[in-house]
Amino acid sequence: MKSIIAYITEILKGIWTLLTGMKVTAKYFFTPWKHVTQQYPENRKTLKIAERFRGEVIMPHNENNEHKCTGCGICEINCPNGSIEIITKSLILEDGKKKRAIDQHIYHLGMCTFCNLCVKACPTGAIVMGQNFEHAVWDRSTLTKVLNQPGSKIMEGVKD
Amino acid sequence: MDELREIMITTDEIKTDEYLINMGPQHPSTHGVLRLLVQLEGEIVHNVQPHVGYIHSGIEKMAESLSYPQIGHLTDRMDYLSAHQNNEAVALCVENALQVEVPERVKYIRTIMSELSRLASHQLWWCVMGMDMGALTTFFYGLRDREDILDIFEETCGARLTVNYSIPGGLMFDIHPNFQRDVKAFIKKFKTKLPEYDRLLSGNVIFTERTKGVGFLSKEDAIAYGVTGPTGRASGFSCDLRKHRPYSAYDKVNFKEILSDVGDTYARYQVRMAEMWESMSIIEQLIDNIPEGDYAVKMKGVVKLPEGEFYQRVETARGEFGVFIVSDGKKNPYRVKFRSPGFSNLFAINHIAKGWKIADLVAIMSTFDLVIPDIDR
Ligand code: SF4
Ligand code: SF4
Repeated sequence: MKSIIAYITEILKGIWTLLTGMKVTAKYFFTPWKHVTQQYPENRKTLKIAERFRGEVIMPHNENNEHKCTGCGICEINCPNGSIEIITKSLILEDGKKKRAIDQHIYHLGMCTFCNLCVKACPTGAIVMGQNFEHAVWDRSTLTKVLNQPGSKIMEGVKD
Repeated sequence: MDELREIMITTDEIKTDEYLINMGPQHPSTHGVLRLLVQLEGEIVHNVQPHVGYIHSGIEKMAESLSYPQIGHLTDRMDYLSAHQNNEAVALCVENALQVEVPERVKYIRTIMSELSRLASHQLWWCVMGMDMGALTTFFYGLRDREDILDIFEETCGARLTVNYSIPGGLMFDIHPNFQRDVKAFIKKFKTKLPEYDRLLSGNVIFTERTKGVGFLSKEDAIAYGVTGPTGRASGFSCDLRKHRPYSAYDKVNFKEILSDVGDTYARYQVRMAEMWESMSIIEQLIDNIPEGDYAVKMKGVVKLPEGEFYQRVETARGEFGVFIVSDGKKNPYRVKFRSPGFSNLFAINHIAKGWKIADLVAIMSTFDLVIPDIDR
C-alpha cells in the first residue's frame, strides 16, 4: 500500500514540476506584446547599430573628395591576415621634391576579421570602422574594395 | 598506460554483440564537429573515443608568424564564448613579460567583462543543455537574456562575439558612457529571469530523472584527467584560479567558489547555475567602483618580448586556460602553446560515460560544455 502511495505521489510531484515550467511559458504566451523578436529586415529603418560596431573598414572623405591617408603602410603591417594592400605613387611637388602619396588603398573585405588593429594603428586616423553589416554579394570579387575614392587627394595639413 | 590501451579500439577486440557507431562529426549534440567513436552493446556504452581535429585551424602555428597584439585577436576564435578571458590571458602574459603595470581601471573593466562573458557563456550552455535533453523552449529563453549581454559588448567593444577588447597594455577602447547603466539594468533584469530558469528546467521531472545520479566523476579522477572549471568543481576539485591565483581585480571582490562533492551530471548543472549568481555578485561589487584613469598604457609600436618563457593562466567559463609563450627576443614568438580547458575535460568522457546509456552520454557531454574550436585550436 505504502509503495502505491509513494508511486502516486511521485507522479503527482512530477506533473507539478511540469506545470511549474508550463506556467512560465504560458505567461509569455499570453503576453505577446512583451516579445523580444526583432522583425529584421522589415525594421531596417529603425534598426540601431552601436556606433562602435565593427562592420567594415572605411575611409571617410570630406566634401572636396579629400582623405587623410598618407600611404605610410602602417595599417598594412598591422593587419594580421593581409586584408590591406597599400599601393603608393610618388608625386612631384611644385618645388621639385618628391612626395609619397596613396595610389590605391586596397581592402579585402572577404578576408577581414574586423579586429580593429589597423584603425588603432593608423597615425592620421584616415580609416575608421563602418557600421554596415550587410555584406552579402553575388560575386566575391566585389568584396575587394579600393577605399580611396577615384580622383581623391590628401587633405591639406595632414603629415606623416 | 592500461587506461590508454583500453581506449584504443581495434576491430578485432569487438565482440559479436557489440557495435561501433560514429557520433558526429555532424551531430547536433556535439555542438560542432566532434567525432565520438562509440562502442555499444545495445544501448549501453562500453567505450567512447573522441576524435578531434576536424576543425583544427593551426592557431598556435599561425601565432609564430604574428606579432603579439595580433595573436590576441586569434584567441577570440578558439573558445569564442570566453573570448574576453582568452584575450585577457594573452594580454596578461605579454604584460607580465614586459613588466608593464596596467592602470587599476583596466583591471576592473577586464574583470567585469570576463564575468559578463562567463554569464553569457553559461546562459548559452544552459539553453543548449535544455535543447540536448529535448526541451527546445529553454533555447529561446537563454538566448533572449544572452542578447542583452551581447548588446553591451557591441556597444563597448564594437563586436558581439569576437571582441578583441583586451589587448597587451590595456583595452581597445574605453567603456561606453552607457556601459555602467546598461550593466546594472541587465543585472537587475537577469535576477528576475534566473529563477525562471530554475522553474523551467532545474526542477523538471524529466530533466532531473535524466541527470541525477548519472555519469559520476570522482575528485581523484578529475585531478588525474586535469578536468578544471565548473566540471571539475562539481566533483569537489577546488580549482578556481580566480580564488587561488587572483589576477586582474579578483583579489578585490568577495565571492564563493562553488563546489559540490557529488560529481554527477546534475551537480555539474547546479554548479554552473550557482556560478551565474556569483558572477552577478562580482559585477555588482565592481561596477560602481571603476576607478578613473587611462584605459591603456602606451605601448611601443612594435612589441618585443625579452628572451625567455612566459606562462599565464586564467579561469574561463570552461576551466583553466593557459598561454605559454617562448620568446627569442623578436617581435614574433618562437613558440606559443595554449592549454585549453575543453581539451583536457573532453578526454575524461570515456571514463565517465562507460556503462551508461547512449542517451546519458548526450547529457554528460552537455554538462561538459564543449566548445570545439577550443579543443581543436
Ligand atoms: S580590421 Fe583587422 S583584419 Fe580587418 S583590415 Fe583591419 S587589421 Fe586587417
Ligand atoms: S590608412 Fe593610415 S596607416 Fe594606412 S596607409 Fe593610410 S595613413 Fe597609413
